[in-house]
Parts: sequence; structure tokens; C-alpha cells
Amino acid sequence: MKKHSVKSRNSSCRSALAPYSIWAFLFILVPMLFIAYYAFTDNDFRFTTENITRFFTTVSSVRADDGTLKEVHTYLLIFRRSLKLAVISTLICLLIGYPLAYRIAHAKKRTQQTMMTLIMIPMWMNFLIRTYAWMTILQDAGVFNTLISRFGLPPVRIIGTETAVIIGMVYDYLPYMVLPIYSVMTKMDNSLIEAAHDLGCGSLSVLRRVIFPLSLPGVISGITMVLIPSISTFYISQKLGNGKFFLIGDAIEGQYVANNLHFAAAMAFILMVILLVLMALVKHSTSRYVYGGDAK
Amino acid sequence: MKKKITALVLALTLSLSFLLTGCGSSSDKLVLNVYNWGEYISDGSEDSLDTIKAFEEWYEENYGTDITVNYSTYASNEDMYNKISGGAVSYDVIIPSDYMIARMADEGLLQPLNFDNIPNAEYIDDSFHGLYYDPEDKYTVPYTYGVVGIIYDANVVDAQDVGSWDLMWNEKYADNILQYNNSRDAFGTAMYKLGIDVNTEDKAEWQRAADELIAQRPLVKSYVMDEIYNMMESGEAAIGSYYAGDYFTMQEAQADHVDLRFYYPEPTNFFIDAMCIPTCAQNKELAEIFINYMLSEEAAIANAEYINYASPNRIVYENEDYIEDMGEDAMEILYPDLGNFSELYNKYAYRSLSVEMLDYLNTLWETVKIN
Repeated sequence: MKKHSVKSRNSSCRSALAPYSIWAFLFILVPMLFIAYYAFTDNDFRFTTENITRFFTTVSSVRADDGTLKEVHTYLLIFRRSLKLAVISTLICLLIGYPLAYRIAHAKKRTQQTMMTLIMIPMWMNFLIRTYAWMTILQDAGVFNTLISRFGLPPVRIIGTETAVIIGMVYDYLPYMVLPIYSVMTKMDNSLIEAAHDLGCGSLSVLRRVIFPLSLPGVISGITMVLIPSISTFYISQKLGNGKFFLIGDAIEGQYVANNLHFAAAMAFILMVILLVLMALVKHSTSRYVYGGDAK
Repeated sequence: MKKKITALVLALTLSLSFLLTGCGSSSDKLVLNVYNWGEYISDGSEDSLDTIKAFEEWYEENYGTDITVNYSTYASNEDMYNKISGGAVSYDVIIPSDYMIARMADEGLLQPLNFDNIPNAEYIDDSFHGLYYDPEDKYTVPYTYGVVGIIYDANVVDAQDVGSWDLMWNEKYADNILQYNNSRDAFGTAMYKLGIDVNTEDKAEWQRAADELIAQRPLVKSYVMDEIYNMMESGEAAIGSYYAGDYFTMQEAQADHVDLRFYYPEPTNFFIDAMCIPTCAQNKELAEIFINYMLSEEAAIANAEYINYASPNRIVYENEDYIEDMGEDAMEILYPDLGNFSELYNKYAYRSLSVEMLDYLNTLWETVKIN
């Protein structure tokens, strides 16, 4: 019965979606098709797979820690480094964001509103400016080091390190983790949790076996919304990493600036495909826990 | 299905109308579209001249017609080029840098100027004629120029270490050195240091420069573009290379414990930004009148004082008020006597690289950055 009512509402909503469909077609689908078209053509717009193979085969020599030169796959290395930073940031966002969303969802209505506003407020400011502010906070003679020196602590080097880049990503993308988890949690059917308690389930078990599985759709969209922008960022790594972290976003930007549009498009295309596959894997492996998921 | 088709048709009409606007639309009122770098014209802030408004008024006074100037800005030559070569826009006056002018002229994107409408061009210094990007002085009137120098904090750097590009590779100042986060400029510093022609087509020479940059990497505090201002002013770093005009901006804002100084290493890089008219211009004559106005005493001095870069215009650098406003030290730095300008310029300025070389340079730069 429930399923039916959802369905009929869907069809009546379809016409209301028309403006967005046009928008999505023009500014999401068409550009993506262009990216694919550029990725598989050369400068004279003849079909080629060279841009794609170039991504996987380009090598350069890098000096290892012990001073020896070794050959590495340039773009695979760049991609691995980007993925690593993005995954760490996403995990930290999840560790901070999940309990936070839980706490907010279970607070009083008024408190909920205040806390949500507090999370949204930083987003009213452009993220370029916020990232720039982190530069002044984290630099060697910056706000943070001045503060800890008041307590007699020695200054620490943060700017230009992985830590700084991760701080920037977590700060910028945390709201995107909190919001979807929060919205799933507020819609959660409380009677299920009560039932679990009544049937003798301990608090921790309730969290692990009831609440967490129920909130998984929110967690998954939170992960998507944090992982994807943090894997493709170049601004945060440039500003907070002192320009020493060369991520996949930097590589794409560099190729674009060098007017190498076809290879830049190929990199963006590969990144898109890898992310889609990753997301599909995450969805598939968690679907059996998700309420109303495909797996029986 | 019918709805789907309607949506598709609507979408296609929309996208077509996007493609067709630009070079087509024209109204009765004369409109001049000026496309310039950001922060690159005196705009009326801090009691300066509002050049665009002043031109509109001046035009109405002298020609009796009301005109509108649409002024828009770009952040890089490449952005500007991509927009104009895309063909969906129309600009009457643009102010690109030298290497981009050469490329655009080559590709037929620029129109020859009618100098009858630009009599003020005679005030341009003789050194600025016959330069590589416009050997016959057909397409351009120079607007500003600059020479790259090294900025250092005299409280950190010893006087004996100063004078050449070697300072940027001096291990004594490890973790105090800033390098460009832009391939061409970064390679430029290494190539001038090694005495390599910055426009060479010899890959081995570029490789040599890349090795030099990789060797420099452990000493580099940060790869920067506009962050250099903040980092030099606050004393986060002590050595960096940039244009003389920007050095003044940093010096004005330097912290108490910072003492910024400037010198020209040899050889070094030059740039010229010049006014041109692209082929998609709608009002060529009006554009020429605008260029002429930009060379007039009122506008040229206001712009030179606002931008802080050197002006190739005699009316500006010989003007006593301008010299007094800038100060003797600044004049000496901004207008250095490095020898025969046009010869040095033609030899050491960056030129457009071939597509193949650009690609190679980019690959080398990636290697430098992932090391």
C-alpha cells in the first residue's frame, strides 16, 4: 500500500520537475557528454584512445627517500595520493559528523534549529575565503602558533603538511556529511528502536544493529558528497599544502591551462568512471543492510 | 513521450540561442566592450580617476553621443583566449600579454589598428617599437610593462648572498624560499640561472631546468601565485621572485619585523601588456578612440599610479607630478636602466611555445611537482 502511494505521487511530480530536467540536461548531461567526447578525440577531433592510455602509461622518475631514482606511473601515483587524502578526510568527517548528526537529531526542536544554523553559517561564506582564512590560522607565525606559544609550547609546522590539507577538507566538507545523516535520522521510525529495546537489546546493540543500518542511506550520500569534492579539489591542496601536494585536480587544471583540453577531459572522465564504480561498490556492499534495499 | 520531445526542443532552442548571442546583438546606443585583466585600470577607488566613467563623459562632450562602456575582466591570458577563440563573444578592446598577442595575431584573431584614430600613440617610447610579438607595430599599443626581480627580506638574507638567481637556490635559506606555482615562470627562474634560452625547442635543455627545479624543491617553502603577497609581507618567507610593481604593494604592507628589498638578477624576464582590437569587435573606430583616450595624460597617469607597473608612455614617466608621487627610489626600480630594452626584451621575454613543447613542459612540471 505504501509503495503504491509513493508511486502515484512520483508521477504527479514529474511535470514539476520539468524546469530542473532542462537545467540538468543543459548543464549536467550535455557538459558530461562533451567531456566524454573530448576524452576520446585528439586535437583534430578524430577518435582516439590515446588520452586514456596516456593516463595509465605515463611514467616519470621520482627520487625516493633513500635518494635513489625510481620509475613511477605519474598519474596513477597522483591519483593514489588524491584518493588517500580524500579517504582520510571522508573518514574523519564521518567520525565527527555521525555522532554530531545523531546528537542534533535527538535534541529538542529549538536546539535542533540552532545547531543546524550553526552548521550552515560557515557555508554562507565563499569556501575560497574560508580556505584563505585557514592559511593565516595555520601558517608558521599564524594564529594557532601564536596561541600555543602563549602557553609556552614550541611552534609546530602545520601548513604545507598533509595534516593541513586534511584539516581544510574536513572543515569545508563536514556539513555535507552532517546534513544527509541528520535528515535520515530525523525521519527514522522511533517505534523500531523502542521495539528493539523492549525485546531486550542493549543500547550499543541498538546503535549497531538498528540505528546504524537504518541511517546507512544518509551515511552513503554523506560519503559521496564528501569523497567526490575532496578527491577533485585543487584549491585546498594548493593553499594549505603550500603548493607541494599535486593532486588529480591540480593535474587536470594544469592540462587545461596548457590548452591540453582533450587530455584534461580524459583525466576528468577517468576520475568520473572510477568514482562511479567506487560508489556502486559501496552501495552494493551495504545494500543488504539498508531498509528497503534491493537485496532480499 | 510528447512531453519529452517538447522538453528536448525547448532545450535545443535554449542552447542554440546561447550560441548565437554575442556577435549578433546590437542596439541603437553605441556600446564599447572592454575586456581587461582584473585590477588593471584606475577605477575611482581611493580618490583615483574612474577611467571608464571619465571616458563616457569625455566622449559625450567631444562627440555629442551618449555611449555605454561594458567593462569586464579576466584572470589569465588563457581564460581570455579561450573565450575569444570560442567565438561566442564580442569584445572591442582587449589587453593581453605579449606571448598571447603573438599567438592571437598568428591565428588571425586581431585586427590591424588605424593609427589615424590613435594620434597619442606617438608618445610611446621608441624602445617599444618592432618587438617580437608585433614586429610591424600593426596590432598593438603597449599599455604597461614589467621586469621580474627578486624580493628578499633584508632581516633574514645577508647582503653578500644577494645579486643573482643563485639566491633562490641558496641552501642557507632553506624553507624561506618561494617558487612560482606556474610551470612557465618556475622554469624561467631555473633557465635564467643556468643561462638557457627560455624559448628553446631543445628538450634536453628543458630537462636540465627541470632537474634544477627538483634539486630546489627541498629548499622551497611554498609554491605560490598571489599568496606571495601575504607570505612575504608577514615574514613567513624571505625570498621570492615577482614584478617590481608588486614589490611596492608588498613593501607598503610589510610587518614591523620585515624589511623587504628588491633587485634585478641578470638576465631576467620582461612582460608587456598591450591594447589590441580582436576581430570580433563591433565598433572598431570607437575602440580606437578608447585606446587613444587611454594614452592621454589624464587616463595614462591615473592608470600608471593605480596599477603600479611601469608605463611605456612618455607623458607618464616624464610627468613631474607622477615622478614626485612615485618617489625617487620607486622610479629607479620601476624604470631600471638595464641596457638596450628592445634587444633584451626580444631575447629574454617568454614567447609562445609550440603545442608539442607546451605539452612537454607540462609533463616535466608534473614530475617536478610529484617529486
